[in-house]
Amino acid sequence: MSRVTAFLTRRRGGDRWHWTDVVTVLWLGAGVILMFGPAVWLVLSSLKTPAGLAEFPPTLLPYAAETVVVEGYDKPLPLFTVTREDGTEAVLAEARRVGTVAQMIDPANPDDKLRVNIAEREPVRAVGFAWENYTQPLVERNFFLYAQNSVFVTVVATIITLVTNSMAAFALSKYQFRGRSAVLILIVATLMIPLSVILVPLFSIISATGLFNTLWGVILPTVATPTGVFLLRQYMLTIPDEIIEAARMDHASEWQIYWRIVLPLTAPALAVLAIFSVVWRWNDFLWPLVVLSRQDVYTLQVGLNAYAGELNVQWHFILAMTVVTMIPVVLVFVFLQRFITAGIAGTGVK
Amino acid sequence: MGRITLTGIEKAFGHVEVLKGIDLDIGEGELVVFVGPSGCGKSTLLRLIAGLDRPTGGRIEINGADVTRVGAADRGLAMVFQSYALYPHMTVRQNLSFGLENIHMPKPEIATRIAEAARMLEIEPLMERRPGQLSGGQRQRVAIGRAIVRNPTAFLLDEPLSNLDAELRVSMRAELAALHDRLGTTMIYVTHDQVEAMTLADRIVVLRAGRIDQVDTPLGLYNRPANLFVAGFIGAPNMNFFAARIAGGQAVLPGGLAVPVPGRAAEGADITIGIRPQHMRLADPGAPALEARVTLVEALGAETVVHATLADGERILTVLPGQPGLERDAVVRLAFDSADLHGFDGAGQRLPEP
Repeated sequence: MSRVTAFLTRRRGGDRWHWTDVVTVLWLGAGVILMFGPAVWLVLSSLKTPAGLAEFPPTLLPYAAETVVVEGYDKPLPLFTVTREDGTEAVLAEARRVGTVAQMIDPANPDDKLRVNIAEREPVRAVGFAWENYTQPLVERNFFLYAQNSVFVTVVATIITLVTNSMAAFALSKYQFRGRSAVLILIVATLMIPLSVILVPLFSIISATGLFNTLWGVILPTVATPTGVFLLRQYMLTIPDEIIEAARMDHASEWQIYWRIVLPLTAPALAVLAIFSVVWRWNDFLWPLVVLSRQDVYTLQVGLNAYAGELNVQWHFILAMTVVTMIPVVLVFVFLQRFITAGIAGTGVK
Repeated sequence: MGRITLTGIEKAFGHVEVLKGIDLDIGEGELVVFVGPSGCGKSTLLRLIAGLDRPTGGRIEINGADVTRVGAADRGLAMVFQSYALYPHMTVRQNLSFGLENIHMPKPEIATRIAEAARMLEIEPLMERRPGQLSGGQRQRVAIGRAIVRNPTAFLLDEPLSNLDAELRVSMRAELAALHDRLGTTMIYVTHDQVEAMTLADRIVVLRAGRIDQVDTPLGLYNRPANLFVAGFIGAPNMNFFAARIAGGQAVLPGGLAVPVPGRAAEGADITIGIRPQHMRLADPGAPALEARVTLVEALGAETVVHATLADGERILTVLPGQPGLERDAVVRLAFDSADLHGFDGAGQRLPEP
């Protein structure tokens, strides 16, 4: 703890706070709140009940109304603090409510009924987590299936991306052939065309090849990435040609040179591309939304979208499942951020 | 086995001609050194022999078979690269076995060959390490080991010692010579270091600007350089050259000193006289000699390198045995035997024998 304090109160040197220290702390503090605040807000909100979410002004922590089981009633009844006419307070359960008047009963003495205006009572609440926001979609709805689909798409797309992109990068970095630069420029130029431009033609291809409503229809159009080819090529250029020539003298076929020499030596760049690819494919929304229209092939992102109906948005489920879908990406960033910064530095893209 | 014949080899990169007609016959078991200044085409020639590049003209034969169009892997040669080009992600053992696995050699035989090479090169304790964990000399041994296990027709070595420090270079040089004696395989060795060339070679090929200037044994090159370039390139420090004119059947040096003509030359012709620094000595008083003023003395103990200038400003370098006790600005008189003189004509070619 003292080390944390020492870290947080670190100064520019000297014993006194320089004004730049203050500005730095304020600036960084604001940054933390700006970046981290929404995420914390999301996690806390995901544990609120629908009523808690609709409440105004909003509360920071999730609260739940306390309930009690009373003899003669099937459901647990919510508890309220009621101020009687004589000024005394009592904790009563609500039996039923008609308009602005509620019929309250004492849980200890269910036969003693009391009519109370709802303005004269306060719900009894404690911090409570609405775990059913998580359990319900995961257990009762198809979210496990969606997660499986997402994992399948992410893993398969990443593997194919790595293999195809590294092959292209190998050819573009280690073979001399006419038009090599032209091909490379063409590949990199496709970076300038956003998905929304080619959405319709791409869709007709997918539809014509019978990949509509299949996960392969989501995977295949995304596997060839100009970023990946460029990143891997730049890295492969740093592998000395002499090593490849030595392998050629060693009777290695071109495939063996690629598979046994170049690929292992490109491992750091492959790791970067793998991380990027996982994050891209996992977060992909627009393209899967276009291709997938049956529930059993939904990915997580598309499945989340299903909770936002035209008339009714189930915020509590959306928030909870957003947290679930965030977890893998957050883990990737936490544990592999060293590679990610290396990749951004290497290609200038993210 | 291991006879390599080059006929009219030419190589151009675009419009740049790097090799301009190389004819060379390398005998079985010979250790031939290609030497020359950087850019002379020696490494290119080696890569053509290896099959890593294709010549633009000419024929390459190995043991009588034309291999000009045969790929690098199928020529039966092994190459040691300047940077060693070890596979960084493989252990030493995997580095050695990679080439043998590729030709589907049975596992027991691979193990035998690797064990033998490791014993020969004394790298047995390093077998499970990766190249990154080895010192320069150890990497060099592994690179040679990778060539040896293939049991090649000939070894091609591209400046293999240039990345080592001076001390290690001397010992590796001796090991390479010993290795060649033991294996008896043809070796082609490329270097720009003439000391390596002199100490290792059976024959030296001196290349300049894409052509062969001279092919001879080390001592043949030293004693009878074919032209000014070879004379200046072989031997350290470099040979001294003086412009001279033939007058009265004698060559007259700038200071007026007349010496016998080393070779045949016409009366009145301008020639160049060469004398190696080691072949000069301090003259006896009264004897004919070159007079020079000392500008720098490098005392090495066993010998002393004296830099001096002649009366006309020409620089002269001598290596005197022992410690003659000369100082800067002293005037020395240098004498030499006329048998040690080299004569070159106006085109830089060696004067024909008298």
